Amino acid sequence: MNEAVASPASAYFIVKDNGTPENHTLSVLVDNEPGVLARVIGLFSGRGYNIESLTVTETEHEKHLSRITIVTNGTHSVLEQIRHQLERIVPVHSVTDLTVVAHAKGYEKPLERELAMLKVVATGEKRLEALRLADAFKAQVIDANVTHFIFEVTGRTSKIEQFIAIMAPLGLVEVCRTGVAAMARGPEIE
Amino acid sequence: MNAKKRDFDGSEMTGAAMVLQALRDNGVEHIFGYPGGAVLPIYDEIFQQDDIEHVLVRHEQGAGHAAEGYARSTGKAGVVLVTSGPGATNTVTALQDALMDSIPLVCITGQVPTSLIGSDAFQECDTVGITRPCTKHNWLVKSVEELPRVLHEAFRIATTGRPGPVVVDVPKDVQFALGTYCGPQVAEARISYKPKMEADSARIKKAVALMAKAKKPIIYSGGGVINSGDKASKLLRELVKETDFPITSTLMGLGAYPASGKRWLGMLGMHGTYEANMAMHDCDVMINIGARFDDRITGRIDAFSPNSKKIHVDIDPSSINKIVHVDIGVIGDVAHVLEQMLAHWKKEKKKEQAKELKDWHAQIVTWKARNSLAYHSTSEVIMPQHAIERLYEASLRSGKETFVTTEVGQHQMWAAQYFGFEEPNHWMTSGGLGTMGYGFPAAVGVQVAHRDALVIDIAGDASIQMMMQEMSTAVQYNLPVKIFILNNQYMGMVRQWQQLLHGNRLSSSYSEAVPDFVKLAEAYGATGMYCDDPAKLDDALDEMINTEGPVIFDCRVANLANCFPMIPSGKAHNEMLLPDEASDDAIATAIDNKGKALV
Repeated sequence: MNEAVASPASAYFIVKDNGTPENHTLSVLVDNEPGVLARVIGLFSGRGYNIESLTVTETEHEKHLSRITIVTNGTHSVLEQIRHQLERIVPVHSVTDLTVVAHAKGYEKPLERELAMLKVVATGEKRLEALRLADAFKAQVIDANVTHFIFEVTGRTSKIEQFIAIMAPLGLVEVCRTGVAAMARGPEIE
Repeated sequence: MNAKKRDFDGSEMTGAAMVLQALRDNGVEHIFGYPGGAVLPIYDEIFQQDDIEHVLVRHEQGAGHAAEGYARSTGKAGVVLVTSGPGATNTVTALQDALMDSIPLVCITGQVPTSLIGSDAFQECDTVGITRPCTKHNWLVKSVEELPRVLHEAFRIATTGRPGPVVVDVPKDVQFALGTYCGPQVAEARISYKPKMEADSARIKKAVALMAKAKKPIIYSGGGVINSGDKASKLLRELVKETDFPITSTLMGLGAYPASGKRWLGMLGMHGTYEANMAMHDCDVMINIGARFDDRITGRIDAFSPNSKKIHVDIDPSSINKIVHVDIGVIGDVAHVLEQMLAHWKKEKKKEQAKELKDWHAQIVTWKARNSLAYHSTSEVIMPQHAIERLYEASLRSGKETFVTTEVGQHQMWAAQYFGFEEPNHWMTSGGLGTMGYGFPAAVGVQVAHRDALVIDIAGDASIQMMMQEMSTAVQYNLPVKIFILNNQYMGMVRQWQQLLHGNRLSSSYSEAVPDFVKLAEAYGATGMYCDDPAKLDDALDEMINTEGPVIFDCRVANLANCFPMIPSGKAHNEMLLPDEASDDAIATAIDNKGKALV
C-alpha cells in the first residue's frame, strides 16, 4: 500500500500514500465565535489538506451555531485524519462526512447545490443567445440594462460549471459563486 | 484571612483581580512570568497578595518551559504570565513544545487595550493568531463579563482529555474594568468539548481476547500513561504483572514502568535497546498504551512490526490510524482503559498462555545478551555513558527524591538509556518538538514544586547556552538545580548525523568559544565545578549533590563518542546499528582530515 521513498540522507522515513484521492463533502457544526473559521482553515493549510470549496454562515441564531460545508480531496486515510482533526477543535460540535453517508444510502453524492451570479456584457445576437441559454438553464435575470445581464443560477456544481463555460464566449465578464451547500438525503438528522 | 476559603462568586472586582481569583479557585500556587506594560494591572494584584507565588524568569520562553517542568512533575497545570507583543511571541516555542508533548499549560498574555487592537500599537501582536496552531485552544477576552468563564474553561481544557497548552489574551482595559466574578462551578461548561474517558466495552473485549491468544506479545507504553496520572502507572504495572508480557516505552513514557522491573526491555526506537526493537519487530500482538507511533519510534513504516496485530489505546481519536494502521483502536483515558482491561483480563486469562510465553521470554533473553548498551570505558577520559551511570548511582547514594530534566541531543539519549527511571513524573524531556534549551528552565520549574528534591538538568555544552540566563532565576529564588553538562565541545547529535549522512563534513557543529562554565556559574553567584578525570568523577558528583544552591558541573567527556545503538535512516527495527559494529575507533577513523582539523 504505502511505498517507501528512498531518502538516504534524511533523518525522516518518508512514505508516499498511494491511495486513490476522492472528493468528499464534510458538514461541520461549530459554535459561531471569533476565530472559529481561522481554526478550521488553519488546520487545512497547516496539515497540508486540500480545500476545493468552503461555505460558512450562522444557521441557528439562538444557539450561535454555524455550519461549515467543506469539499475536500484526499485518500481514505487522509479523509479519516481530516475528520478526527476537525473534531479536536474545541468549538466544533460535530463533523459529518456527507459523502460517506450518501454512499451508505446507495447514492454517489449527497444533495449539493451552489448559487452563482454571472455578469454578461453583450449586444445584438450574442445578447439574445445568452438570454435563450439562461432560460434553458432556468437562470434568472436579476439585473439588466441595454448592454448587460446579471444571471442567477442554482444547481449542482457541474451545472454551474457548464453554464459558465457556455456563457464565456457570449460576453461573460464576472462570476461570483457561493460554494457548495450540502445535506444528506432522508429524514435523519446528521 | 485565608482567601482560598472565601467564596468570591458574585463579587464585583476588576479583571486583574478576577485573574488572581480564578488562579486561586483552580488550585494554582505558583506562576512563572515576566512583567510588561500590558500586564501591569495583574502584576499589581500579585503584589497585593501572598497566596500565589510569582517566579520571575529572565526570558518568556524560560517561563513556558519552567511551567512545563512544573506541570510534568506535579500533574497540575503550569501557569505562565507574560506581557503583549514580544512577551507573547517569546512563549511560542514553549507552547508548541507543550502541544507536542501534551503538557497542560495555561498562558495568560497581556494585550493592548481593545480600542487599540488592530492599530499596530506599541507591543501589539496578533497573539491569538500567532498561537492558534500551537495551542489546544485560545481566547481573546474582549469584555470583563466573559473573563471568569474563559479562565475556568482554560484550566478545564488544558488539563482534561489530551492535555495541552492554552492561551488567554487579556487586553489592558479588560484588566482595569469592573465586573462580576463567577466561580469554576458556576461557569457553564461548553457542550462541544467532551473528551471520552471510558472506552467502549466491546473494544476492550476484542483487545483482551487478542491478548489472551498472544504467543509473542509486547506492551509499548508512552507519555499518555504519565499524563493520565499516578493511577495509570500503577495499573500499567499491574497489567504487566498479571499478563507477564514484556514492556518497552517511548522516551516520554519512561518511569511509568520501573527500569528495575522484571519485564522491562528498555526504551525503544531510534536509540532504543536491541531487545526492545527486536521484540517490537517480531511480536504477534502489540499493545500500544498512550503512545503515538512517532517517527523516532517506528523506523521504516512499511517494515514496522510486519506480522503483528496491533491494539492502540489513546484518548485522542486522531492518533488512531494516523501513522500506523491498527487492528483495534481503543479511545479513552489510559487509567480508565487499563481498569476496564484488567477487569476483563482476570475473567479471560488462560493458564496455558504462561507456557507459550516461555519461548518468547527466552528469545528476549538472547537479544538482551547482545548487550546493546555496552561501551568501552578508559581510565584517561570520561565516557558520557559512564558519566550518566555514575550520576545515577550518585543520586541513589544521596537518598534524595531525584528529578531529571534534559536538553536535546546526544546527552538526552544517554540520559534516557543509562539513568534508571523508577517512578512516573520524575523525567522531563522535550520529546516531540526536540527543544534545545528546554531542560534548565524545566528544572527550575520542577524545583519550585519540589524544594527539597534533587533536580538535575542533564545538558550538553551547546543546549545549555540556549537558556543560560535562567541561572539568574535559580539564584534569585535559591533553587538548587544541578546542571550536569556532558561537554564534548560539539553539537554531538548534529555531528553524529553529519558523520553518518553527510560525508563527515562537520558543518557548523563544532562549538567554538565555549564559555568557561565554572566562571560563568560564579558570575551568576552559583557554584561551578569541573571534572575530566574518570577516577575523580564519583567524588565530584557527591560534592555537586551536597553543594547548597545551584551548580554548573562541566563534565568533560570523550569528544567523539556517539549514541548507539541506532536505527539508521530508512531501516527497520531489526536492522539496528550496534555499538560493537560502530565502535568509537571506527567513528573516529571515519572522520576525514578536514574534520580532524576541527577537533
